[in-house]
This record gives sequence, structure tokens and C-alpha cells, in this order.
Amino acid sequence: MNSDRRQFLKRAALAGVALEGARSASAQTAGDTPDLTWGANPNPFWGAASEHIGGTVERSTPLADIYGIITPSELHFSINHENLTPNINAHKHRLLIHGMVDRPLIFTMEELKRLPSVSRVHYIACGGNSYLGLDSRKNPPKTVLESHGKTSCSEWTGVTLSTLLNAVGVQKGGNWLIAESADVKRHAMSIPLAKAMDDALLVYGQNGGPIRPEQGYPLRLLLPGWEGIRNVKWLRRLQVVDQPYFSRYEVGTYTNVMPDGVRLFLFDAAPGSVITYPSGQHHLPGPGLYNITGLAWSGGGAVHKVEISVDSGRTWKNAQLQEPIFRKAHTRFQMAWKWNGQETVIQSRCTDEKGDIQPTVAELTKIWNVTPDYWQTTTNNIHDFNAVQPWRVDREGNIHNAMFQA
Amino acid sequence: MQCFKRDHVVPAMVLLACLAAQAQQWTDVGGRTPTKEEIQAWAISVGPEGKELPPGSGTAKEGGVLFKQMCAGCHGPTGAEPTPGMGGQARLVGGQGTLSTYLPVKTPGSLWPFATTIWDFIRRAMPEYQIVPDPGVSNIDAYSRITGKTMGPRLGPTGESLLSADQIYALTAFILFENDIIKEDAVMNRETLPKVQMPNRNGVFRPAIPTPVWKPGVEWGTRIRPHISPNSKPLPPNSKPVNATP
Repeated sequence: MNSDRRQFLKRAALAGVALEGARSASAQTAGDTPDLTWGANPNPFWGAASEHIGGTVERSTPLADIYGIITPSELHFSINHENLTPNINAHKHRLLIHGMVDRPLIFTMEELKRLPSVSRVHYIACGGNSYLGLDSRKNPPKTVLESHGKTSCSEWTGVTLSTLLNAVGVQKGGNWLIAESADVKRHAMSIPLAKAMDDALLVYGQNGGPIRPEQGYPLRLLLPGWEGIRNVKWLRRLQVVDQPYFSRYEVGTYTNVMPDGVRLFLFDAAPGSVITYPSGQHHLPGPGLYNITGLAWSGGGAVHKVEISVDSGRTWKNAQLQEPIFRKAHTRFQMAWKWNGQETVIQSRCTDEKGDIQPTVAELTKIWNVTPDYWQTTTNNIHDFNAVQPWRVDREGNIHNAMFQA
Repeated sequence: MQCFKRDHVVPAMVLLACLAAQAQQWTDVGGRTPTKEEIQAWAISVGPEGKELPPGSGTAKEGGVLFKQMCAGCHGPTGAEPTPGMGGQARLVGGQGTLSTYLPVKTPGSLWPFATTIWDFIRRAMPEYQIVPDPGVSNIDAYSRITGKTMGPRLGPTGESLLSADQIYALTAFILFENDIIKEDAVMNRETLPKVQMPNRNGVFRPAIPTPVWKPGVEWGTRIRPHISPNSKPLPPNSKPVNATP
């Protein structure tokens, strides 16, 4: 995207925020009265961070400005393939479960909330997080918001999907589930029944409140640890089927075209981590003691270990992990670091409970069997790019993105 | 009384407790049985075998006329030249043979393994900038306020599409024809469409997708994971990140 367009969009986004404030007063009278009015979005970060790129509205979480492991609901990232946030009246919303089941059922939200609820802390990350596609060649991400802001973590409340699937009685041969949204594009995804019966949730609560409209109000499918696109928002239909249905976003955009073939159904995300302080565009006022901190995650389970290197990758030391540590959730790490005023590179790498280790970009180059210039030249949009994020500290104490700069 | 001996009472209490626990397993989860019509209105998914496709038919020739009217504005006259700003996702035509290169062009013609996906997506989501009135749903996204574009559902409350089944078959045929997959006069209908052999059907999908059979306790995970294992040799300590191409 050229800079003119970028500037224009930033202005447009800011104008949008102002407009939203002006209009919120009249929102209640339009159409059906919503049971809950969300009002204006005063989020100061999204004026600059929200961009409309090729039919997609993107909002990222300002990872350097949040604390602990929970992302405030209003700062949860959102990527919107023009599916647009529907204004759903929860009293009228229904969930239909049908297909290869003994007893198809249709539920109101009240009925779903009558069932036993669970609250669990899980992260959701976009499959494309930390790789920004073609645009990142000309405009490498400068801040951690730009590089890794498409991951967020909440305490989600809802009912386990297995409770409902056991009740409707999945028939023999029913091995997949189609989850479909009430949004304008009727976004649909194929989910293996194994995941649905394992730890999938139908959530209506986020961080103690109702789930945010842009996060799927009143009901969202939560597939802990799996790529964001499968966590269907505004959920209204579940159909048990015998095979994957190859919907548009699972055969098109959210696939990995690798040199030896196309991977689809990427599912659980690889282990990742990033130092959020100090990170891109931060400034260290002078040599001295700094507390390096950041976030780690893995779709494979709990974060087992985070190592930090402050000497351009020569040595690695274990960081301290903040407890409690939840599976498939953001995990906060930290380590004291005495900066001597010299130029260096700081970076973190995550190891999860399965022993999977976050690779450096050089290691990822080997795994993909590509040449080192691949990441900067390909027209491919890459998913599950989980390379270690190096931040370069210059002598003035300025922090720069060093992912592709030696 | 003999039967109230402590020896008997405790097992009886345990038994009762077990029965109570069973009753709480939520076999009755509430909800109600939907009518056939309710299911029919919502069940819009079309799978790779095309079992759900409705009657109707169309050809690329017919589709070309519709495409010019309704689709070319974003996708370009033949689907190969999306309007600047729409992004690569709007490209519908071309790219065959590019997937294994560094410059892959991902389109339905080059990438998608089944033609049924094209039909399914046109019905559920296209055309983008027209709406079927649905009083139950409006949109509150800032995007429509910024751009002033009218957005809304492409399917009405009872599942009706903006487009007839014939029109969707015709548009699907046009996209397949422009990708050199079918002939211009080939008739697409519920029998012929699922049989269309897409270029990427058998070539490059890895791992192959045998339908996994679900059993309790079986762990999911067949994909090749872009992770390194603990046994991988670490790179030499002085290795640098990849050099940037300016």
C-alpha cells in the first residue's frame, strides 16, 4: 500500500471514530431495539491501527501497552473480510444444530445460558499474525502492534460443545462439523468432530462481560489454539457432516502454498513469542537495568519454557513465567537485563508442552525448504509464520525490527 | 428395622447419588425440534459431492452477461483484473502452474480443489454491494460509515438469494470457462458441476486429506507442522537473521 493511501485510510479511520461517537445516541432507535447498546468505541489505538486493506478491515491489539495475560475486550484484535459486525438482537438469535444427528435442535440464547457454563482463558490468533504479507516488504512492521498485534487473550465463558453434541446424538459417519455465522457472508468453516468433542466451546461471555459485538456477540465458536478464522463469530448453525466441505476461506485465503504443495486445514497454531518491552520504536534513555517482558503462546498446549537472548543469539537464558499458566493461552514472561549501551539484538523463543520450539527465521527457511530471500520476494500470503522476532537496540537506545535486517 | 442397618443405608445413598448424578448429565439440554422448513431455509452449505445443489442450469455464455453487470466492477471484465484496491483475493482467473513458484497466484482456477466451492460462495456471499432486505439484521461496523457503501446480508431471512439458481450456475460456469476448465457452451447443473475436474484437485494438496474417523481420546493432527523438534540441531551461535532484500 502506498503511503498516500495509508495516510488517507488513517484519516478516514479517525473520522470514523468521531462519527461513531456522534451516532451512538441514535443507534437505539434504529430497527429492532438491541438488548444491549455498545455505544461509541473510544479506543485511541484503532484510529491509527485500523486499516482497510483489499476488502479487509484490520484492528490489532497494542501488545506493548497491555499488562498481564488478559487482553481488554475492547482491544481484542479483529480482522474483518467485509463480513461486517452484525447488530444482532440476542433475544431473537437462534442456534440450529442439525445434519447427521438423531435429534436436531434449535436453541435460544436463554436456553444455552441455562446449561452448565465453564470459564476458560484462551488466546485467539490470526493465522497470518507476525507475517504481514506483501506489504511488509516495502513497509516492515515497526512496532509490536504491527508485527504481532493479531493475537489476543480472554477469559471466555460458555457451554462446552460436547454437551450439545452428546445431547443431539451424532450419527455414525458424522466426522465433521460445519460452523456457520449469521453475518452478511454467512462465513462457514469445516471443523473435525475430534476437536469439537475435545475442548471446543460455544461462548457468550468475554472477560466477565457479554462477548463484544465485533468478537461475535451473542455467540461464538471457540476452538482453543486453532487459527482465528475457524473461531466462527455470530454463530447460528452447526451441521454434522461426513467430510470437510471445502469452504471458500479454507481452500483459498487461509492455506499455505508451500513450494512442494498446498497445505490446507492448518488448525492448531505453532508456538510463538515476542518481546513487548522493549520493542519496536521504544527508546531506552541510557545504559542500566531494564525488565524485558513479553508474551508467549502455543496452539499445542501450555508454554513450557521461554528463553531470551540479549546478545544477538549467542546465548539464551530461561525467562521467568508468570503464573498461573493456562493451556493455549498467552503466557507472560520477564527477565531483568542490564544494558551496557552497546548495539545488540534481543529476542525470545518459546517451547511448548509438546517440546515444539519456535524457530528462528533461518530455521524456518530450512523447514520450508526455501532460499533465504523467499520471505521477502514471494507473493504468497503465509500463515503460521512463527519465527523468533529479533529487536535491534542501537547505541542511542532506539529499538528496531530486525526480522529481515542483519 | 433390619433394612435400615447402617451397612445397607450407605450403599443405598451411594446408589441414589449416582442416579442423581446421571440425571444431571444434561441429556435433556432444552431447545426444541426445528421444523423441516426452518432447517431448509438455513442449510445452505454445498459439499464437494454437490448433494445439496438445487435444480437449475447455466452456461458460461449466459454467465458472461451477468458477470459484466454484477461482478466486473470489483473483479474486472473477465475476473482476472480485479479493481485496484480490491486486493488479490478478488482475482478469480489465472495462476495455473504458479503455485510451486515463489510468485504463486491464488485463484479459484489455480488453487481450489472443488468447483462446488465457487457455487457455494456466490450464493452465500455475492454480490458484495447489494442487499436482500432483512429487518432482523443491520450492520454497525465503522467501515460502512467511513465508505458510505451500503452493506447487508446477501441472503434473506428465509434463505433466498439475490441470484436465482440458474444465475449462480451461469456465473460459476463463466468463472470455470475463463480459467480454461470447461467449454463456453458446457451446461452446469447439479449433475455436471460436481464432476468438473479442477486443476489443483489431485496435484498438490498435502497432506492428503483422508477423512479422519473420530474416536474418543484420539489426538488430532496430521499436518506437517512448521516447528522444529528438540532434536533439531541449533544453528551456529553467530548465524545472522536472513538478509533483507531492500
